[in-house]
Amino acid sequence: MGEKILMKGNEAIGEAAIKAGCRHFFGYPITPQNELPEYMARRLPEVGGAMVQAESEIAAINMVYGAAGAGVRVMTSSSSPGISLKQEGISYIAGAELPCVIVNMVRGGPGLGGIQPAQGDYWQATRGGGHGDYRVLVLAPAGIQEMVDVVQDAFDLADKYRNPVMILGDGMMGQMMEPVMFRDEAVTKLPEKDWATTGTRHHPGRRNVINSLYLQPDRLEEHNDHLQRKYAEIEANEVRYEEVDVEGAELVVAAYGTTARIVRSAMEAAKQAGLRVGLIRPITLWPFPVEPFERAAEHAKAFLSVEMSAGQMVEDVRLAVNGKKSVHFYGRTGGMVPTPEAVLAKFKEILGGEA
Amino acid sequence: MTHEMILAGFGGQGVMLMGQMLAYAGMIEGKHVSWLPSYGPEMRGGTANCAVVVSDQPVGSPLITRPSIVVAMNLPSLDKFEGSIKPGGLLIYNNSLIASKPERDDITILPVPANEIANELGSDRIANMVVLGALLGTTPMVETQSILAALRHALPPHRHNLLPLNEQAIKRGQELAKQ
Repeated sequence: MGEKILMKGNEAIGEAAIKAGCRHFFGYPITPQNELPEYMARRLPEVGGAMVQAESEIAAINMVYGAAGAGVRVMTSSSSPGISLKQEGISYIAGAELPCVIVNMVRGGPGLGGIQPAQGDYWQATRGGGHGDYRVLVLAPAGIQEMVDVVQDAFDLADKYRNPVMILGDGMMGQMMEPVMFRDEAVTKLPEKDWATTGTRHHPGRRNVINSLYLQPDRLEEHNDHLQRKYAEIEANEVRYEEVDVEGAELVVAAYGTTARIVRSAMEAAKQAGLRVGLIRPITLWPFPVEPFERAAEHAKAFLSVEMSAGQMVEDVRLAVNGKKSVHFYGRTGGMVPTPEAVLAKFKEILGGEA
Repeated sequence: MTHEMILAGFGGQGVMLMGQMLAYAGMIEGKHVSWLPSYGPEMRGGTANCAVVVSDQPVGSPLITRPSIVVAMNLPSLDKFEGSIKPGGLLIYNNSLIASKPERDDITILPVPANEIANELGSDRIANMVVLGALLGTTPMVETQSILAALRHALPPHRHNLLPLNEQAIKRGQELAKQ
């Protein structure tokens, strides 16, 4: 490992992507993620790569589509309204089974909304987001070091499954600074991509075709069956989460990203007040970590999902708990961030009385 | 020990840099740190601010709603954050620019004539370092040497001639705090 440096989340993602072998970045400006394309514009030419500021988000995602088809490691980033614009392209990339990494530094919505942190894009991210039956893997880091770590993971997962991977942060994760360490050795050898459209000079006698159009329904159903088998494999193998004090907890909280950090502060205060509160922090939002919730439902009295949304992940928590225990919700919207005090008050309300 | 701070002022008064230097110095000393800036409309009206945590423990919420320390470089920042300080906490305010007096009687209050001292030293632009010195003089959460190392990292090489001036400003702030 190298030395510790203090870095903004947005910039840390950029450097981590370069360390992971990403040499192509296509973007369009939007707050609160601008430091990432800015960083790539400065750094990529130094390592023989290229950053293009496209004329729109739609253009940027289609440039990603093209670069991914050529087999290179490619990234784009945006924030909520810009990610909505990219959804057509993301659906095409998922349909054509190409690897890429998409960063969403979520801001308050709907519409143009605001520019402060939010988590209202959970449904969009975890349900595909565009048209058709598809999924993208979604990674939600809760600190700047973890952000660096998941970027490497994101590129590897994208290549392994030939599938888009989304990193879901929020304005706070993008803007804040924390110490980070990068691995000393950068990735030099990328996985073999014999499907890439690099010209028959590179794959003699075989035409590589990238396509998401299947006019014959039976062929398209076959393709969908194949995709679903792949998604089942991802659900079986790629779930990531963190558990804190879940064993023996009366109340088990679900929170990801920024919100999980706030819940951790509330849990410290809860411990001093004699409350037994645990946390399940999904790191992959899709595939969702169902199993730890099933386990916790055996002993916990109740569950609580804390989000910067009107209640989105809480639906996945309910599906996982499957009616065994009550599932509560606390959230703020519009760029308002829950305070540890308010979260603690919710703990007390659920566990009853003054505890 | 966990220090949860909000540093606030007009854009250009150097509160963001002051916060970054604290976080950087803490990191150099192996402490857990975070730095979170305000951005967008939150900064309009003269309350650009950053939340900084320096702690022996891993940092939970980087967003601070009940700070143990507030630094107010101008009046809008004093108005906005005075009420949020934890009882027993510390308020440092720049009385070169703030004529009115804080109202709280359950916290430690330190007025620092930051711009006056900075001008005496020859540059209005180091008022933030005077206040940083006063903060370290009251609450020595990191060593002055670590702050100077952080500054050396933050300033581009052609600005390193300003390091002695910054060091002087920090010292003046520390002396003032000890009086």
